[in-house]
Amino acid sequence: MNDKKNLNKITQNLDTLTARFNDFAGNKTIRIILFILAFLVLVYIPITGSRFTQEIMTNMFFYIIVCLGLNIIVGFAGLLHLGYAAFIAVGAYVTGILSAVYGVSFWVTLPLSVLAAILAGLAIGAPTLRLRGDYLAIVTLGFGEIVRITVRNIDITGGAIGLIGIERPVFFGITLNQISHFYYMFFILAILAIFVSYRLHDSRMGRAWQYIREDEDAASAMGINVVTARLYAFIIGSAFGALAGSFYAAKMTAISPESFMFLHSVMFLLAVVLGGMGKIPGVVLGAVIVTLFPELSRDIGQYRVIIFAIVLLLLMLYRPQGIWPDKKLISTKK
Amino acid sequence: MSFWEVFLQQLFNGLLIGAFYGLVAIGYSMVYGVIKLLNFAHGDIYMTGAFTGLIILGFISAGIANAWLAIVISLVLSMVLVGLFGVAIQRVAYRPMLKAPRLSILITALAVSMIIYNSVLLLTQGQARPFRTGLTGESFYVGALRLTETRVVLLVAALVLMFLLHMFITRTMYGKAMRAIALDRDTCQLMGINVYKIIAVTFFVGSSLAAAAGMFAGVYYGTVHFFMGFLIGLKAFTAAVIGGIGIIPGAMLGGLLLGLLESFATQIPGVGTVWKDVFSFIFLILFLIFKPTGILGRVESERM
Amino acid sequence: MALLEIKDLTLRFGGLCAVNQLSLDIEEGSIRSLIGPNGAGKTCVFNCLTGFYKPSDGDMIFMGASMMKKKPHIITYKGMARTFQNLRLFKQMSVLENVMSGMHSRSSAGFFGAVLRTKGQKAEEKRIREVAEECLDFVGILDKKDYIAKNLPYGDQRRVEWARALATQPKLLLLDEPAAGLNKEEKAHLINLMRRIRDERKITIFLIEHDMGLVMKVSEKIFVIDYGVKIAEGTAQEVRDNPRVIEAYLGKEEKEDAV
Repeated sequence: MNDKKNLNKITQNLDTLTARFNDFAGNKTIRIILFILAFLVLVYIPITGSRFTQEIMTNMFFYIIVCLGLNIIVGFAGLLHLGYAAFIAVGAYVTGILSAVYGVSFWVTLPLSVLAAILAGLAIGAPTLRLRGDYLAIVTLGFGEIVRITVRNIDITGGAIGLIGIERPVFFGITLNQISHFYYMFFILAILAIFVSYRLHDSRMGRAWQYIREDEDAASAMGINVVTARLYAFIIGSAFGALAGSFYAAKMTAISPESFMFLHSVMFLLAVVLGGMGKIPGVVLGAVIVTLFPELSRDIGQYRVIIFAIVLLLLMLYRPQGIWPDKKLISTKK
Repeated sequence: MSFWEVFLQQLFNGLLIGAFYGLVAIGYSMVYGVIKLLNFAHGDIYMTGAFTGLIILGFISAGIANAWLAIVISLVLSMVLVGLFGVAIQRVAYRPMLKAPRLSILITALAVSMIIYNSVLLLTQGQARPFRTGLTGESFYVGALRLTETRVVLLVAALVLMFLLHMFITRTMYGKAMRAIALDRDTCQLMGINVYKIIAVTFFVGSSLAAAAGMFAGVYYGTVHFFMGFLIGLKAFTAAVIGGIGIIPGAMLGGLLLGLLESFATQIPGVGTVWKDVFSFIFLILFLIFKPTGILGRVESERM
Repeated sequence: MALLEIKDLTLRFGGLCAVNQLSLDIEEGSIRSLIGPNGAGKTCVFNCLTGFYKPSDGDMIFMGASMMKKKPHIITYKGMARTFQNLRLFKQMSVLENVMSGMHSRSSAGFFGAVLRTKGQKAEEKRIREVAEECLDFVGILDKKDYIAKNLPYGDQRRVEWARALATQPKLLLLDEPAAGLNKEEKAHLINLMRRIRDERKITIFLIEHDMGLVMKVSEKIFVIDYGVKIAEGTAQEVRDNPRVIEAYLGKEEKEDAV
C-alpha cells in the first residue's frame, strides 16, 4: 500500500531528525545556549508582544503544566486517564468557591485545593487501581461527567452559569490583574512543573513506575507494591492538575462547567501522546503544538478536534512512540 | 398516583431502559471477551445506528404505508450496515494493534470514538434531529400500568434480540469459538480457528445490537443527537461490570438491573432525574470495590 | 525449624491438580533442588511460594511466618526472592537500573525526597547504587552496567537476572531453571556462583533444574516431583537409584552437555 510506505518514510525521517537533534542538543554547551536563548525570548515577549500574543502564550504555559501533570499518570505510570479536566475543575472550584463566596485569600486556597484533589484521587483510584488498567479509563471518564453534572446543578458552584467574582491574588503587595502578570506567573509555574517532573523521573518512584510499565509482574517480584506506586502517581498527577486549576481560576476570575469538559481531557491526553508519552521534552512539545497549531489557521476552528483525532489514530497505528520520543527507543548503541 | 402505580410504571420503564442498556452492554462485553479491549467507540456505534436508522426510515417511509413495517425494514438494514461499519473499524484500527501494549489500543479506541463523534457533530451542526416514525402515541392501561403500543413493542423486540443472541452464543460454532478465544487466543490459533474472522463476527454482532438499541432509543425518545452515544457508553460499561465483564448473560442482567436501579432512583427524594447518573456512577464504584468480577463473574487465576 | 517449610501444599486449576499435597523443608544455609519431568508442577510450586498463584490448600511457612495469602512484593520484602524461567528483565532499561529495582523495597524515598533531594534521599540513592553495583560485581558483569538490557547476550542477561534477585537482600533465593540455555563454561560459573552465594552471602538456595549433572553436583538434597506429587527425596545418589524416579523419567533423554 502506497500510504503505508509514505507513512513509514515519514516515521523514518522523523527518527533521523530527532536522532540528529538529540546529537546536536546532546552537547552540553549547545544545550545551555539554547535554553538561555529560549528563556530570554520568552521573558521578553510581554514587553513588546500584543495582549493577544500574551494570552496565547499564557494558555500555552497552562497547557504545559497540565500536560506534565497528566504525563505523570499516563506517561510515567502508564495509566489511561480520561477525566483529567475534572481534577483541574476540582482545583478551580475549590479556589473559586473559597475566594468568591467566603473571601479566603488565594494563597490559602492552594493547599486546600491540593487536599481536595488528593481526596478525590484516592476515592477514585483506590478501588480501581487494584483492577486492570482499562477500568481506570472508564472510571475517570465517569468521574469527569459526575464532576460536570454536580457543578452544573449545585448553587454554591454557580450552577450552569458558573462562578464569578474570584479574587485576584496579591503577591508581595502587587495585585495580579494584568495579562503580563499572569504570563510570568504561568511561565514560572511551567518551569517548576518541568523541574518537578525531571526530579520525579530520576528518582526511586520514577524508576518504580518504569519497572511497572515494562513488566508489572517482574516489578512485583522485585518487591514493588504495584498498586501503591500507581496510586502515588495518580495522586501526584491529580494534585498538579488541581494547582493548575486554582491558578486558572485566579486568572479568569470567573469559571463555568464548560471549561472542564471531556473534550479538554482528550486534548490534554492527545498532547501527551503526540509528543511522546513519558518523555518530558516531548510532552512539552505536544502541549505547544496543541495550543499553537489552531492559531495558525483560524478557519480550522471547528475541524480542530477531528483533525487531532485523526492524527492521534495515525500516531497510534504508525508511530506510537510519539513525535519526539525517548532517545533510548530509537538509538541502537550500547 | 398511588404508590403501586408509580412502582409498576418505574418497573416497566426500568426494564425498557435496562433492555437498551443490556443490548449495548452485550457488545461491550463480547468485544472485551475476545480482545480484552474496552471499546470506547461502542457508544458512538449506538449513536451511528440511531442516525442510520433515521436516514433509512426517511427514505423508505414515503413508499410504505405501514409505519411498523417501515421501522422494521429500517432496523434490519441499519443493523446490517452498522454491523459492517463495526467490522471495518476493527479491521482498520484495532486489528493492527492486537500485539501492542494495552495503553496504545485504548488510546486508539478513544481516537476512533472522537472521530465518529465529531463527524456526526459536524454533519448535524450540533443540532438534535427529530425521529419521526409515523406511529401514534396512544396509551392504554393494563391494570394500573400506563403503556403505549410503541413501548411494549420496543421492550419485546429488545428481549427477542437478547434471546436470539443467547442462542447464537450457545448454539452456534461462532458462539463457541468466541468463548474459546476469550479463554485463550493463542491456543485457538494453534487449533486452526480463524481468530481474525471470529473477531470480525464479534464486532459485527456487537455493533448491530448497539445499532438496534440506538434505533429503539430514537423511536422511544423521538429525537437523536450526536451526544447520545457518550453517556450510553458509560452506562453500558457500568452494566457490563455489574453483570460481570466478558460474560454475555452478565451484560444482559447488568443492563436490566441498572435500568431498574436508575428508574427507582429517580423516585428517591433528592435524587430525581438530574442526579440519577451520579447515583449510577457511585453504584459502579461500589461494585468495583466489593465485587469487581460482577454478579456472575468468577475470579480467574492467570497462568504465569 | 527449617527456613522454609512447605506443608501439604495443594494447587488446583479447576479440575486439574497441579500441586498435590506437597511437603518439604528447606534448611537454612543449604542448596536444595526440585526436579521432575516437564509439566510436573515445579514452576507452579515456585509461583505459589512467591504469591503469584493462590494455593487451594496447605501452608507455606517462611522464617516462622505463614506466606499463604501474601502478595508477591510482601514475600520478597520478607526475604524470599526469585528468578524467572523465561527471564523477565526490564528490557528497555539499563543493566544497573534493572538491578537497582531489587533495592526498591529496601528504601523509602517518596515525592518530597525526590523533588527536594534531601540529604537522606541522596544518601539512599547512593546506597541503592552501591548495592546494585556490588551485586553486579559479584556475578561478574559490573563492566556492562550501562548497557541496555535487551542488547546483552543471553548468558549476560541471565547474570543480570541473578544480580537483580540478589539485590533484594534475600534469605532464600528461588532459581527457576537458571542453567537453561547456558553453555558449559557458563554452567561452571553458575555452580561456582551458587556456592559463593551460600558460603559468602549466607543465602539459602532452592532451585528448579533439568540439567541432572548440575543438580547432582551442587545440591545437598534433591526433591523429585511428578504430576504435582513428591515421589522422592534424598541425596543425589539416593535419587538417582530410586526406581520411581527412573520410571517417571523413562523415555526422557539425559542431557548430553551436562556438567
